[in-house]
Amino acid sequence: MSKVIYLDNNATTPVAPEVLDVMLPYYREFYGNPSSMHTFGGQLAHAVNDARAQVAELFHARENEIIFTSGGTESDNAAIRGVLEAFPEKRHIITTRVEHPAILSPCRHLEHQGYRVTYLPVDDQGRLDIEMLREAIKSDTALVSIMYANNETGIVFPVKKIGAIVKEKGCVFHCDAVQAAGKLDMDMQTLAADLVSISGHKLHAPKGVGALFIRRGTRFVPFIMGGHQENGRRGGTENVAGQVGLGRACELAMSDCRTETLRMAGLRDRLEQGVLERIPETRVNGDVEHRLPATMNVSFAYIEGEAILLKLNEFGICASSGSACTSGSLEPSHVLRAMGVPFTDIHGSIRFSFSRYNTQEEVDRVLEILPPIIAELRDMSPFWNQRKK
Amino acid sequence: MWDYSDKVKTHFLPPHDVGEIASPDAIGEAGSLVCGDALRITLKVEPDTEKILDAKFQTFGCGSAIASSSILTDMVIGKTLAEAARITNQDIAENLGGLPQEKMHCSVMGMEALEAAIANYRGQVQPSAPGTIGEDGGELVCKCFGVTDRKIERAIRENNLSTVDEVTNYTKAGGACGSCHGKIEEILRRVGKEISPLPAGAEKTKLTNLQRMKLVQETLDREVRPELRKDGGDLELVDIEGKVVKVRLLGMCAGCQVAGFTLKDLVGGKLREFVEPDIVVEDIKS
Repeated sequence: MSKVIYLDNNATTPVAPEVLDVMLPYYREFYGNPSSMHTFGGQLAHAVNDARAQVAELFHARENEIIFTSGGTESDNAAIRGVLEAFPEKRHIITTRVEHPAILSPCRHLEHQGYRVTYLPVDDQGRLDIEMLREAIKSDTALVSIMYANNETGIVFPVKKIGAIVKEKGCVFHCDAVQAAGKLDMDMQTLAADLVSISGHKLHAPKGVGALFIRRGTRFVPFIMGGHQENGRRGGTENVAGQVGLGRACELAMSDCRTETLRMAGLRDRLEQGVLERIPETRVNGDVEHRLPATMNVSFAYIEGEAILLKLNEFGICASSGSACTSGSLEPSHVLRAMGVPFTDIHGSIRFSFSRYNTQEEVDRVLEILPPIIAELRDMSPFWNQRKK
Repeated sequence: MWDYSDKVKTHFLPPHDVGEIASPDAIGEAGSLVCGDALRITLKVEPDTEKILDAKFQTFGCGSAIASSSILTDMVIGKTLAEAARITNQDIAENLGGLPQEKMHCSVMGMEALEAAIANYRGQVQPSAPGTIGEDGGELVCKCFGVTDRKIERAIRENNLSTVDEVTNYTKAGGACGSCHGKIEEILRRVGKEISPLPAGAEKTKLTNLQRMKLVQETLDREVRPELRKDGGDLELVDIEGKVVKVRLLGMCAGCQVAGFTLKDLVGGKLREFVEPDIVVEDIKS
């Protein structure tokens, strides 16, 4: 296989070399337990707390407002369960139809347990209607959980406005910021969220570590119970190396977030423009005005996404698709369906997502390789041939 | 990532016999644009011997759909129509060194297109335009992928299927919105295969009115309304008269073109599964 061109960074990102460097000593030498009485272990509590300070810095938050978790999915589950349990009399949750499964699956499960869940719809551009949210909040609404930015389309929701509405109604607001962290502003002084989830491996830290911001004063019952770790809010011996890595990754993101964001947006736009110019009957899915700088989601009519991915794979190009055939469940993307994208366009949808490590050469290489692949698959497609006639 | 065999990969990169035979002797089509899979096969047949001299295909679909089409053309070239007619979807899958379970429907599509081509040669069926559904005259069960009860029954018989998941793997029916799962279970029962035993609720034959009402209400709240809400709809229980359950569809479900399916398959299916096997659902138009 040729050299890998990795354009699937919304799925996971490479661990930054700077991150790995600070992690390795905690596997090799400092393997102690931060809870131990001896210095060998106990000294690691400092490393964990330093990492916590670095994560807090990313949020412009206080250190004691950050708990470490095993990743985005745990952060999301902990936020939902932790808040609901703190408000046992409230039986209503509001979320959206386009959330990540880490939110949707627990919500469906809670419906079976008697909770009412409102799934707010989105329009054909993937946008939320803020007024619908305002109307949906009832006296027994325990929690509003709405993502910062969508993992499939990159659409960014107006979370500041959402937070203001939720707080005005006296409700708790959780924001899944897994895709936004390290790319967009995360200032908890201006974003009125009570809980915010982030995941390490989406911003060049390793898999298996994440964090949850819990604003001071938020009622929260621990989701994972065990030892006194994380101030009693998340049991389990600390993943010291992972947490140190996450701290360093947050620091890296902070150091050049603005310039890197602009650069990634430039690469994305170059690829998107190039694809639209070179390949007919292609559409961009979602609101291009309010999008993560590093995500593009396009549909190629008359062909199927998995076949495109397999062909790209032969050239070492990594991307993903909302097609039914790539989901493992034959279910086409729930996000694109919620936007009312025609089934046929969902089948031919491809997502490219960028990171700080992508280059213009890579984009230009994809622009060379992709058009003939699309042309070849379309030549093979009975619908394309029918259309030509 | 799917665990494709090397044989599947060789038939995808690149596939054999892509294209269309000019003035073919037979054309066969299967699948549709909506399904996410469609295959059009054209054959050149020697009239005296009925030997297939050449075969070409056009496929819209994933890697395994394209590979299934490619191996199919390889398999039929040189065979007589009678020999080709004996090819089953299992043969196609085996020749590819196996397919992931979830992708077995690709081999089924190959077999269907071949059968359609042979029927076309014999003048039995005119080739239909891709995109039409229910063309085998069966009743449409899965509206998302356009799968009929006939196709499902056949897949169950020929591949000895016993669960809804298996039916989905082989036909795609039930793979998207899931509202036809009740109907697929009915077909599985009808074809007489064992399926996982019903929950205790369905075993009770004699329910009092009060028990039935309670069970209906619970089932709607637990099994049905969450599904409808996923698509922005909902329903309201209006009345229960004996075994007739009257509901009103709300939100996106009211006035939805497939409201009939929703009632019959999802609402009716779940109530028959969890309450009583002879429950009837009626829609009260608002």
